[in-house]
Amino acid sequence: MKTMNRRLIGPVIGIGIASMLVYLGWWLLQGKQFDVLAPGGDIADQQRNLFIFTVSLISLVVVPVFVMLGIFAWKYSEKNKKGKYDPSFTHSVVLESIWWGIPIAIIGVLSVVTIQTSHSLDPYKKIISEQETINVQVVALQWKWLFIYPELGVASLNQLPIPEDTPISFKITADAPMSSFWVPALGSQVYAMNGMNSQLNLIASKQGDFKGYSTNINGVGYSDMTMVVHSWDKKRFDAWVSDTKLNKPDIDTELYEELAAPSKNNQELAYNLNDVSLYGEIVNKYMTNSPAGNESVPHKDEGMSHGGMQ
Amino acid sequence: MNVFDFLIGRMSPEYFPSDPATIGAAIGMPLGVLGIAALLTYFKKWKWLWREYITSLDAKKIGVMYIVVALVMLIRGFADTLMIRAQTAIAANGQQGPIDADTFQQVFTAHGTIMIFFVAMGLMFGLINVALPLLIGARDVAFPFLNSVSFWLFAAGMILVNFALIFGGFSAGGWLGYPPLTGLEYSPGPGVDYWLWTLQIAGVGSLLSGINFFVTIIKCRAPGMTLMKMPIFAWSVLVTTVLIMLAFPVLTATLAMLSLDRVFDMHFFTSTGGGNPMLYVNLIWAWGHPEVYILVLPAFGIYSEIVATFARKAIFGYKTMVAALIGIMFLSFIVWQHHFFTMGAGANVNAFFGIMTAIIAIPTGVKIFNWLFTMYRGRILFASPMWWFMAFVVTFTIGGATGVMMSVPALDFQVHNTMFLVAHFHNVIIGGVIFGYFAGITYWFPKIFGFTLHEGLGKASAALWQIGFILAFLPLYALGLMGAVRRIDSYTDPSWQPLFIVSAIGVMVIGAGIFAMVLQIAVSIKNRKKYVVGGDPWNGRTLEWSVPSPAPHYNFAITPIVEHQDQWWYEKEHRQKNKGVLTDIEMPKNSPLGFYIAIAAGLFGFGVIWHLWWLVGLAFVAIIVLVITRTMNDDTTYVITKEVLADEMGVAA
Repeated sequence: MKTMNRRLIGPVIGIGIASMLVYLGWWLLQGKQFDVLAPGGDIADQQRNLFIFTVSLISLVVVPVFVMLGIFAWKYSEKNKKGKYDPSFTHSVVLESIWWGIPIAIIGVLSVVTIQTSHSLDPYKKIISEQETINVQVVALQWKWLFIYPELGVASLNQLPIPEDTPISFKITADAPMSSFWVPALGSQVYAMNGMNSQLNLIASKQGDFKGYSTNINGVGYSDMTMVVHSWDKKRFDAWVSDTKLNKPDIDTELYEELAAPSKNNQELAYNLNDVSLYGEIVNKYMTNSPAGNESVPHKDEGMSHGGMQ
Repeated sequence: MNVFDFLIGRMSPEYFPSDPATIGAAIGMPLGVLGIAALLTYFKKWKWLWREYITSLDAKKIGVMYIVVALVMLIRGFADTLMIRAQTAIAANGQQGPIDADTFQQVFTAHGTIMIFFVAMGLMFGLINVALPLLIGARDVAFPFLNSVSFWLFAAGMILVNFALIFGGFSAGGWLGYPPLTGLEYSPGPGVDYWLWTLQIAGVGSLLSGINFFVTIIKCRAPGMTLMKMPIFAWSVLVTTVLIMLAFPVLTATLAMLSLDRVFDMHFFTSTGGGNPMLYVNLIWAWGHPEVYILVLPAFGIYSEIVATFARKAIFGYKTMVAALIGIMFLSFIVWQHHFFTMGAGANVNAFFGIMTAIIAIPTGVKIFNWLFTMYRGRILFASPMWWFMAFVVTFTIGGATGVMMSVPALDFQVHNTMFLVAHFHNVIIGGVIFGYFAGITYWFPKIFGFTLHEGLGKASAALWQIGFILAFLPLYALGLMGAVRRIDSYTDPSWQPLFIVSAIGVMVIGAGIFAMVLQIAVSIKNRKKYVVGGDPWNGRTLEWSVPSPAPHYNFAITPIVEHQDQWWYEKEHRQKNKGVLTDIEMPKNSPLGFYIAIAAGLFGFGVIWHLWWLVGLAFVAIIVLVITRTMNDDTTYVITKEVLADEMGVAA
């Protein structure tokens, strides 16, 4: 009896510590806002589902591994005299086939999902909606975000007002070291690189303020380089656009140069935009010395040329 | 340009550190070095050090030096961790943290660089040096002098990365230093150059080691040891060396191009000049991803030896273990793009690399099941190496699982470059790599020194690391999902702070684990007489346990003849004697030239960093002259006659 009790000490301490950690985790996560898991848009919503799906799938392997580890460690411990010792059992075609087979099956399923979601959630894929898509050009600066709405004739700094339920088509570049545009509540991040014109399509399915970040280090102001997406109803958004056009200063080359100079600046600002070629100029700034014909492809629909990986 | 400018390059007093944390380190480190030098002088150990270690070509001694450097660097890298997590625990919601943003970025860059290149790689090469020749029944590595050069290049890189603290500052561009941030435009100072030349010099050392151990395994195995009779550890090293030989030249070339961009204003990676930073990202990960497997595969090998030894059962599914290793070797070269799914490649490209990444989980999973079934129907002795193994299975499985999740590109879009990613790779690198090498150190320690390490403190260290790990990194998974990106030195959302504080507490628990380990080594050395053991303290299976502890410098007096997998176990079971015969053996003489070459290489790097072109020229000439000197020397070996050997063994020749 006494030896039995001794043998239980280890597992009991282990389980005790484990449950304390679980409790600590539960306590810590009370009332927290998980942008990735509580999405505000369709893309992020699908990604949340994908997250839950993959967690369930990998649990099929992780849970048996943990269970076997615990049982084998307990049962075949030297101290447990009841455990059978069979040093000749070192190979089994059946067993080994099973544990090649199970992961192959799981990864097979995952591969199908990977192919499907790589296409369905491709950042470049346009979102189909009854609402007309709004184009937004994103410029990552040191250390602020400039958003240009070429068709609406406005621009904004560190704030991204959008109407809800309306597809937003982003063109993303940088006039700074490599940065990355990410609004977790809406989904998918994409790198912002100078001389490049990357694309991203997102949509907000509810109103609210969603925080956005740069996920790639780009100098000392990196942590402060945040922005806020304002998802408003159509009316409020339209009002913001007309108010901005009327009352806010023009953004021209001179003002742009000022913004592009490195500085920490979290202020949310808005500008009237007359020069719709601003974004194209920023992208092309880095393309001047490129060998002829290298990646610089004119796109008729936007009336500008931009390099980029498509 | 006047003579003075020519002589001092771009050195100037402004490059001395100005913030208190760095000043403290910049004063403390040289004092520590002076203290050690004083002790060596006081105990009159300089000659001993020179003869027994610095000039030694004995793989075991070189291995010990690797491990000592790696453990010291672990403490340095951990000091960086403390600063990082102290900062994120405090700097919430406008609160000022203990260090400024620039220092913080240098600290995490140094943390990553040091932990990968000087801790993980150092422990890896250390243990390979210590154990591999013994495991395959070899007297030495194929090229003992090259081995010394490799180690000293590693040491030279280590000195450069630490010297940056004292003078010049380090890169603030992250451990893989993406341009344009690390280009001349955004980082004109010497920091990035320190980073570049640290990696360049240590990287060349790694490449040479890779070649050395590949040839050692191919050419120096004991007679009878076919490839399929090699211990799994030897297989894992063989696969790793293939990866090293293929991947490290890519690193060398990539860093060289970035250096050319920086020093000569070339445009490999600057888009204004027609270069392309995305090319850099591809190249660095073409090295970087295999590098992860370079680190982890030898650890897998160590776990395989340890589980078999302590379960008293041969490794389960030997052939599938080997097949899995080879599978991982091939796959590790076709997954690099998963490090930048979000760079805008097309859906099919992303899907391809995503699936290849997920496929790696198959052989890795198979290995885990094989380890578990080695335990099944074994008789497991839970000595401290097994504790590390248990912690490894728990931690690494979680890390592998989150890795599979992130292999799905559409999901990676939401967690890439966040704290989720940080938690994932620490899960695999600490759980897989670091735990494995700690297990290996405990396991082979008696073979090198003739006494074991204190068991209780070893177990305490493993338990503290495991609990500390959970506290330090599980909160980061949650933070990533809340929107916390990696490498931030401050944040505005106050609800993140409790999680960062728990993470900082976890770091301190890990610190206690490191302290337990240091204490373990100190206590064991102090009471070494109590822990003295014979040749086979763990009732081992492989050849290293057939020789006395500490292993003689020639490893095997009689070259073993191998007929079985786990030859030593077989001999013990069947009461068989080694069938080999005593012969004269040839051993390499000591040489200081490896040490000198590395000094010259270090000065070469220092010269480029500070634009001291006269020093670069001199160091370059010195390296060439030293290498030629070595090649002209025909008197590099000596013979131990069989009479001497017989005398040492106490038997008749």
